[in-house]
Amino acid sequence: MASLRGQVAIVGAADTAVGKVPQMGATALCAEAARLALDDAGISKDQIDGLVTCNSMAEPYMYHAEALAEYLQIFPRYCVSANAGGGTTFSGIRQAAAAIVTGACTTVLVALADTLRTGLSREQAMKMQSSTGHPQFETPYGATVPAYYALIARAHMDRYGTTPEQLASVAVNGRRHAAMNPAAQMRDPITVEDVLNSRMIADPLHLLDCSLVSDGGAAIVLTAADRAADFRQDPIYILGAGEGHSHEHISQARSLTTSAAADAGREAYEMAGLGPQDIDLVELYDCFTPVVLIELEDLGFCGKGEGGAFVESGATALEGSLPMNTHGGLLSHCHPGNPGALFLLTEAVMQLRRQAGARQVPDASVALVHGQGGIMSSHATLILGRERD
Amino acid sequence: MAAPVSKFLPRPTPETEFWWENCRENRLLLQRCGACGNFQFYPRLACCGCQSAELEWVEANGAGIVETFTICRVPVAEAYADDLPYVVAIVRLAEGPAMMSNIIGCDAEAVTTGMPVEVVFEVRNEEITLPQFRPRPGGAGT
Repeated sequence: MASLRGQVAIVGAADTAVGKVPQMGATALCAEAARLALDDAGISKDQIDGLVTCNSMAEPYMYHAEALAEYLQIFPRYCVSANAGGGTTFSGIRQAAAAIVTGACTTVLVALADTLRTGLSREQAMKMQSSTGHPQFETPYGATVPAYYALIARAHMDRYGTTPEQLASVAVNGRRHAAMNPAAQMRDPITVEDVLNSRMIADPLHLLDCSLVSDGGAAIVLTAADRAADFRQDPIYILGAGEGHSHEHISQARSLTTSAAADAGREAYEMAGLGPQDIDLVELYDCFTPVVLIELEDLGFCGKGEGGAFVESGATALEGSLPMNTHGGLLSHCHPGNPGALFLLTEAVMQLRRQAGARQVPDASVALVHGQGGIMSSHATLILGRERD
Repeated sequence: MAAPVSKFLPRPTPETEFWWENCRENRLLLQRCGACGNFQFYPRLACCGCQSAELEWVEANGAGIVETFTICRVPVAEAYADDLPYVVAIVRLAEGPAMMSNIIGCDAEAVTTGMPVEVVFEVRNEEITLPQFRPRPGGAGT
């Protein structure tokens, strides 16, 4: 079977300003992310023949990628709006990589943005909350998005003895790294006590266990590895990719404490010919603190049920054995909704290019990024490397 | 535009209409597969286990346990604010399937994982009656 391993490279990557960006609507912010990534790659928009976007909550289009292509006046051969929540990004990139390998296109722009902070009307915000659950069998019961994730947190605590302090340590880890990232939305240091003293949103999740609500956009440029040397930046190669999808609605989950990240990770490791021990840093989808513990476990970085103790031990700090969410993650850098995972990837690219400044992981050569969407529903993993082989 | 005044209401579909009709009669239905005996919820066209279309409706005995839960301290919409703090749970029914529900009829802080609960029906409007769960008196643990 054909493999994507080493066949495709990321040759451009950029983030827009994040947090509150009131001067731009969601479409403009997406175009801005695209412009910055093309600049980073040193190419013009006319060299793009593939486009991947995701829909925006604030400025939705029926066919978003087509709308963005029109806005940018580019005329791609491959044009896809990916749509699986936070899992969208890496799933869309994997499909775009396959499109490059099979010759459907040569150079793909992946540009995602939304303005959840300043761009949503009250009705749109309400719709976003209510559209998370099953419309007949969940939504009527009034769960907020944090409440759906709290169901997972509780199950993990009951089954494995995970503590609120351990959940909090995930948020503290992200904030320590955000303090070193001038672009991050929230940079003031926090302690475990600060998390536990923050307002309870849905037991056991406090306000600081929940990710931010942000405006923001990010974009990357993907091309065939054979062409990657022609670009301005060091290419970063896709070594492995995998996906897993276990449910859409949490009350239908096969398991509350083991996720399809295990499937996504297994496939990505197999393709890359690598294992958890070969990974220099991870950027994991951290919309809520318990998600990170389950991802660390299911991706093989610690034993099942040991995620809390692993993070609490300091292993995921910049100077630890597995630096995690080195830009601050969705908890402290930014979370504009569907585009959120792309910031994990742009950070991994900066780390592997060794352009991450004060938060650079020394000698970073192989990174794993993981996104999940829904309520631990759709999972996608990418393994990236500085070297093609 | 004013904020919605009512709680979120389900919109029955052709394959769930009968299920919602039975809720109005205070009956919680499950589907049982005539081929493999599997119970399932929510209602579907075919068996999730073996794909057989030989499904029959059976009334659940109404007992379950709290598999996991949370106490909402922030309402999803204004219409839920008067209920604060309210409990959202996943209930594992005696027959096997899980469903989301609120746990009502007790203090939110009294809810625990593994708590025995029983179904009770809450009228939302003339079309929609919602299954809810309350502590099951004398419930025999997990």
